Amino acid sequence: MSVAAASAPTGRRGGAALGTLVGAVLPVLTVVLAIVALWYAASVMMNRAWTLDQMERRGLEMTAMEIVADTMNQERPVLPTPHQVFAELWNTTVGEPVMRERRGQMQGNPRNLVFHAYHTLWPTILGFGIGSILGILLAVGIVHSRAMDMSVMPWAIASQTIPILAIAPIIVVVVSNLPALNNAVDAGLISEDTKLLVPKALISAYLSFFPVVVGMVAGLRSPNAMDLDLMRTYSASRPQTFWKLRLPASVPFLFTSLKVSIAAALVGTIVAELPTGARFGLGARLLTGSYYGQTIQIWSALFMAAICAAGLVMLLGAIEKLVLKRMGVKP
Amino acid sequence: MPVQGSTGATPVIEARGLDLTFQTADGPVQALRDVNLTIGKGDFVSFIGPSGCGKTTFLRVIAALEHPTGGTITVNGMTPDEARQARAYGYVFQAAGLYPWRTIEKNIKLPLEIMGFDRAEQDRRVQNVLHLVDLEGFGKKFPWQLSGGMQQRASIARALAFDADILLMDEPFGALDEIVRDHLNEQLLKLWARTEKTIGFVTHSIPEAVYLSTKIVVMSPRPGRITDVIDSPLPRERPLDIRDTPEFLAIAHRVREGLRAGHAYDD
Repeated sequence: MSVAAASAPTGRRGGAALGTLVGAVLPVLTVVLAIVALWYAASVMMNRAWTLDQMERRGLEMTAMEIVADTMNQERPVLPTPHQVFAELWNTTVGEPVMRERRGQMQGNPRNLVFHAYHTLWPTILGFGIGSILGILLAVGIVHSRAMDMSVMPWAIASQTIPILAIAPIIVVVVSNLPALNNAVDAGLISEDTKLLVPKALISAYLSFFPVVVGMVAGLRSPNAMDLDLMRTYSASRPQTFWKLRLPASVPFLFTSLKVSIAAALVGTIVAELPTGARFGLGARLLTGSYYGQTIQIWSALFMAAICAAGLVMLLGAIEKLVLKRMGVKP
Repeated sequence: MPVQGSTGATPVIEARGLDLTFQTADGPVQALRDVNLTIGKGDFVSFIGPSGCGKTTFLRVIAALEHPTGGTITVNGMTPDEARQARAYGYVFQAAGLYPWRTIEKNIKLPLEIMGFDRAEQDRRVQNVLHLVDLEGFGKKFPWQLSGGMQQRASIARALAFDADILLMDEPFGALDEIVRDHLNEQLLKLWARTEKTIGFVTHSIPEAVYLSTKIVVMSPRPGRITDVIDSPLPRERPLDIRDTPEFLAIAHRVREGLRAGHAYDD
């Protein structure tokens, strides 16, 4: 839809728009079909061993077709088939109520994947917010101060070379034992649930600030010598040059890095959920899935994560389009 | 070296023994050597010469974008830095350099916002200069919606908006085609007549320099210096076909001779 809307200029007839739609959809559809076919083939091959093993143990006679059919519908396949994953996705979203009654209270239903996605999305958005604001502030500092340019950038790069899986548990332990945080919970300022959200958001911020720093530094430095000379001929101050030249010039760079950053933020949250025994969230879902060998659950959680990431990136893309349009970018 | 050429009554720009040496990785490069020049009020001065002759550098020194390493220069009786603070000049670059995220109107308002004019005054001035450069009705357009020539006119409007008495133009029409260029030159002369600004104009086109100027400064490279200053006998009122008159051709010839002499020195 959005593809067609973007590529159909005003004034063209519906027929042309339809043509564009078909032109855009057909190649995409072809690729999707090819992936699905490959996926099924891989499922059959990888799940075959188990089917043959069962056949032998039970002394059954099966035709080739029956074997193939069985590989596609196992309860705990090595590689679940597409229809199994999508059935699971359907059953755990549309097929389950989001809320359920428990001990006389309406609560989120942990059988519903939307509920888990919600628990992952919140810290993701919070972490993304913290990370991008931090990233922008660091970039402003780096561009305006030589000392910061020399000192901050190496640390920012070093921070990203540390495996997040290694420090996530450390962050979780340290943050959840912060006296200030515990006092806030005791005083009733924040709930226990909110407290659990803090370390997730921080880890997510840790991963998401870096692309923003890099993109924003490039953006703030993008005005050429002539643009800057023009400001000098007006005797413009540094803040004026920043607000009227550097900042607007950096906007396209900012959006590009925000899209990378929000995807990184989601990965950060999921990783933060893995080593902490979180009960809710897509990471928790992945973890319980792998504990109990529920491969279908793992794959559906993975797909949900991918759908969330795509949704967030598309949302940012839509905002970008709107902002750039207001800034008069040539359509 | 004697003071070269001075026609106007009050000197607006006065350079005495001006030197400028850039320190580069390959060693020092002398961009200007012993430049002496007086520009009077209301003059239209063209700087002409091959690349590397320091014509742009000299314009940038007037604008306090570069600082001389020797000699003195005054702009309206002040140092170039003070003159800039006092909004003595508007500068037009080689490219229009309009900020793409601002409409034409907002681009013209840029210096006005920075200099702190109030809203009503900004609007009044925008309308005023849009009229001067013949761009009425284009204020709400974004730069990409205008042709190259119109963009350059908008950038002239931007330089005129805060009413500086000096207009410094660094090859403003260099990137435009001949026909558009002719048209803009004609308009520029009208604008000059109406506003009575002092204009410093860098070019490497001989006809352009002769057609526009009351004073032509011929420069030569390595080191950048003035080789000739020609006070034009042409009248201020100049139709385009003045370029076919013997007077015009005589001046053009002298400019060409000056340029050639500069080169012979080098070879």
